[in-house]
Amino acid sequence: MSKSINRRDFLKGAGVLAVAGALPVSMVELAFADSAQNFSFAYISDAHLQQIKGAKFVNNWDRGLIRAVAEANLLTPKPDFIVFGGDLAQLGKKAELDHGAEILSALRSNKVYHVMGEHDYYLDLGQYWEKLFGPQFYSFDHKGVHFVVLNSILTYDDWTYKRWPTAEQRMLEMADLDNPNGSPFMVGDKQRDWLKTDLEKINKATPIVVISHSPLQKIYKNWNFWTDDAEQVQALLRPFNKVTVLYGHVHQIQYNQIGNISFNSVMSTAWPWPYPSTYAQAEQYLPKLTVPMNRADPFFERDATGWQFINLSNGNVDMHYDLFSNTNRTVAFNTKTGEPEDTVFQSPDKHIPPQTQY
Amino acid sequence: MHFEQLKFAALWIMATSLAGVLSAPAQADEFTQADLNRWQEQYAKVVKDGRELWTSSKLGSNGVACVQCHPNAADTHPETYPKFQKQLGKVAPIWEMINWCIQNPLEGKALAADDYKMIALQAYITEERRGVKLAPGKH
Ligand code: HEC
Ligand SMILES: [Fe+2]
Ligand SMILES: [Fe+2]
Repeated sequence: MSKSINRRDFLKGAGVLAVAGALPVSMVELAFADSAQNFSFAYISDAHLQQIKGAKFVNNWDRGLIRAVAEANLLTPKPDFIVFGGDLAQLGKKAELDHGAEILSALRSNKVYHVMGEHDYYLDLGQYWEKLFGPQFYSFDHKGVHFVVLNSILTYDDWTYKRWPTAEQRMLEMADLDNPNGSPFMVGDKQRDWLKTDLEKINKATPIVVISHSPLQKIYKNWNFWTDDAEQVQALLRPFNKVTVLYGHVHQIQYNQIGNISFNSVMSTAWPWPYPSTYAQAEQYLPKLTVPMNRADPFFERDATGWQFINLSNGNVDMHYDLFSNTNRTVAFNTKTGEPEDTVFQSPDKHIPPQTQY
Repeated sequence: MHFEQLKFAALWIMATSLAGVLSAPAQADEFTQADLNRWQEQYAKVVKDGRELWTSSKLGSNGVACVQCHPNAADTHPETYPKFQKQLGKVAPIWEMINWCIQNPLEGKALAADDYKMIALQAYITEERRGVKLAPGKH
């Protein structure tokens, strides 16, 4: 098959130029109404770099991240910063995190903010990750917006510290999405206390953007499309006028509005996940607002993967999904309805057949 | 042949063939709860082996497992097969798609249609999809 022959060649030649030729122009031009006030950032997530042996990594996942980095470098105007949304590694190994840091070092950006994913964490509980990328939770301010980054993939102490004979097994037990031996994600008391204090000094009119790996809402528990203490975190965010939660982990398009809080998910650069509704034995709660991504075509290995750039005009999020092998999507906050909406496909008569997930 | 006639013919054949036998074996269509349990156990074992293959990296050469992209075998749609696969250019049975995923994302070797592993994978996929109506040909 020509695919396997091309693999090596692509990696070798995976310079920015190789990719630039394939980029639709619309993806890299971003016009701001008021360039002083608005800003954009790029959001890349869930690369799942997977070591095979020594310096050998799964090509497919490598290519996803390499391509996202190359494309993000072409954004004009340049994004103010980049977020990497977690699951850089597949099994939390030093080699995988190092490999990821190396690929990400090609980003032409002043600043990359990192989010902890469960695949980065459960081998050494984030120790090596911290060395490379800094604290596991923190906040910062940018052009009038208050950003908070949480480690939302913690779980019960008993599971983390007492259940497993080795760190390797603990990592493996958390790595498979549907493993009944897994455990629900949570932010936990310590971080919620910290968050409460962090938000106390912020004016209620300041737009808040919370970035986590897992959704800070409850969608499907068995796949950890879920955060156990989501309601408690939401309660801390309720006093603010404009709040957006951005999350990875789900490898698919999701969006929702709960009270004052908008929720937007991001795609994986590695592989797409089925919607929980497609699992015949599952009870789940996909937000009604969400118009699903297209069903992935397995014959295009980059289909239903991608990255996003986000425009924060007036504190609300316009999420642009750059889908490598598919039509791009935009989910933007509609100030009239007070909800995030797809700018093309939102109304039921605009849905297309590939969006039917079953 | 009419159903009543069929039944009669069958009885007649049985009666004549049993005539010379001393101890009659069980009727062909009679099975016990013990039989049912045993068959169910056999099936459950194959499903379990299928689940093990699903989560193991042994089917391929690059450490990737089916479960990474198909949690609980979601998005495998066994009820839609056989169906036309655009890229294969023909109506294909599900084992050809299983092989496609083994050869591509897992960079592994295709399995024979009657390989025990192939049967176990199908048993697991179908078990996870139980209750869904057959929809052959649906894309
Ligand atoms: C890199 C991700 C990935 C991996 C790993 C993977 N698949 Fe797939 N597979 C897909 C995608 C994407 C589809 C298309 C899903 C759809 O049609 O909705 C698919 C489709 C299928 C289908 C056909 C589904 C249909 O709707 O017709 C079968 C069967 C299948 N995979 C089996 C497997 C098996 C068995 C394995 C492990 C050997 C596996 N897959 C590993 C991504 C993957
Ligand atoms: Fe992930
Ligand atoms: Fe994750």
